[in-house]
Amino acid sequence: MTLATATRRSVKQASGRGRDRRPVDHGAWFLVLPALIPILVLSVGPLLYGIALAFTDSQSGRTTATQWIGVLNFQDLLHDTLFWDSFRIGLLWAVGVTVPQFLLALGLALLLNQELRFRWLARALAIIPWAMPEVVVGIMWRLVYNPDAGILNETLRDLGLGDGRDWLSGLGTVLPAVIVVGVWAGMPQTTVALLAGLQNTPRELHEAAAMDGAGAWRRFLTVTWPALRPVALTITALNFIWNFNSFALVYVLTNGGPGGRTRLPMLFAYEEAFRYGQFGYAAAMGCVMVAVISVILAVYLVGRLRGDENA
Amino acid sequence: MKTGKGARTGQYLALLAYLVFLAFPFLWLISTAFKPARELAGLHPTWIPKDPTLANFRQAFDEQPLLHAALNSLLAALGAAVIAVLIATPMAYVMARHRTLPARAATGWVVVSQAFPFVLVIIPLFLVLKNLRLINSLPGLTMVYVVWALPFALWMLVGYVRAVPPELEEAAAVDGAGRARTLVSITAPLLAPGIVATALFAFISAWNEFFFALVLLKTPEKQTLPVVLTHFIGAEGVADLGPLAAAAFLATLPSLVVFAIIQKRITGGMLAGAVKS
Repeated sequence: MTLATATRRSVKQASGRGRDRRPVDHGAWFLVLPALIPILVLSVGPLLYGIALAFTDSQSGRTTATQWIGVLNFQDLLHDTLFWDSFRIGLLWAVGVTVPQFLLALGLALLLNQELRFRWLARALAIIPWAMPEVVVGIMWRLVYNPDAGILNETLRDLGLGDGRDWLSGLGTVLPAVIVVGVWAGMPQTTVALLAGLQNTPRELHEAAAMDGAGAWRRFLTVTWPALRPVALTITALNFIWNFNSFALVYVLTNGGPGGRTRLPMLFAYEEAFRYGQFGYAAAMGCVMVAVISVILAVYLVGRLRGDENA
Repeated sequence: MKTGKGARTGQYLALLAYLVFLAFPFLWLISTAFKPARELAGLHPTWIPKDPTLANFRQAFDEQPLLHAALNSLLAALGAAVIAVLIATPMAYVMARHRTLPARAATGWVVVSQAFPFVLVIIPLFLVLKNLRLINSLPGLTMVYVVWALPFALWMLVGYVRAVPPELEEAAAVDGAGRARTLVSITAPLLAPGIVATALFAFISAWNEFFFALVLLKTPEKQTLPVVLTHFIGAEGVADLGPLAAAAFLATLPSLVVFAIIQKRITGGMLAGAVKS
């Protein structure tokens, strides 16, 4: 509908302007169409369909017709303490991963931005976690955390710090243990983004500030940070979303256990949809996740932007 | 700018700490992959296997259809990479050069698509693909991967297109080259390295992907490598560590090789996409 009107309009414009310097508009549609159709069919369409499903009693493999049930799924969700437990864990996980991820990545990016020897090697090694399949990352850390054959407990034994423990089965240790893996896995992207931002900060300003006798910390606050701030905001916001929606890492590490202590909302919704076949209910969970994340991000970004104005 | 000697040493130490943190799990994976079962069962594991063996690799291939799974992964990832780049490049060109409605809508979609949890997309996708009889099929998975790889592909490609000066195209137009001719003989060659990097990145993303493959592929002979890897972990979470490590190590190699090739360009692409607006 909108597509048709837009095409008509653009054709009219193009013919009206005659041989413009860049006669693009109708040509642009030809260039855009091959990607636009799959996007509409396999991304935008399913997204809207998914939102609609949240208001139905859709189930897998049922024989009777699916019916509209209004907000019943959402009312049920409101009283589903298991889901809210999972949601709380998801938020803990997302914040617990995103914040250290950012701080550690910032430190690494600042180091890699220095004229250090072996910097090329460090840069290459630092992005290895990025290249790995998430499933392999999960498997790898299971080997590290393994109570007997794992290197973590062995190192603790060597250092005389006790016999170690079963990190991924302990109710108290599992969430921190999983968060460490999350931080590890996401550091490279964040580092690369921040490094890109750093290389964009004006070097002359740095030198001028140093000339004026500003110390490293002051230079960071007055020169580096203002230039880096937009990149930092964007990447933390993205990281937060990605982390909140992450699945494979925790699926492989603990599959949500023990006792649901690491059952992130994505795992919860996945089980609801594909183990119990409750498509409508799982879709409602997805909607709630989007809504809450959007609100949190809006508050975060508005707060940060206001901070910009005050500064 | 001079940095003091003490500060320099501190910087090297910090860098070393980072590298140890980032590298040790992978080294441990390799170490475990070459340890015989006897060594893995005992206490006090060592970094260097006392009695290195290839038995784990043999056992891994015996236990799970790894080669077949690798072939499935390769087909899905190659298909997704090629198709994604073919359809994303023209669109990225429009997004970079023109502020028309489709360009702006596409930019909006790239941003919005990041915010939605996969579960909201996968349920309807599952239903749609089921109606099209594309569940448990590699072409179905490949289609999903194409769309899934598009946001980042567009992001990178828009950056590369912006790096090509429009004046070059205008000069060709002045010389009488048509629009299609200009795109094919002026713009495309300049974009080629960026297109290759984008395709390789899409390849890695699809090769590594797990969630869609888990939901959409049901039978073992259709499953991709990441899904098959999880079969090494039993229902109780107990795993035969040696073969598990061996298979995981092998599955990572293609990604690492491809990533090593495009490493510089990825950083460059993110920079280009992120900074110039």
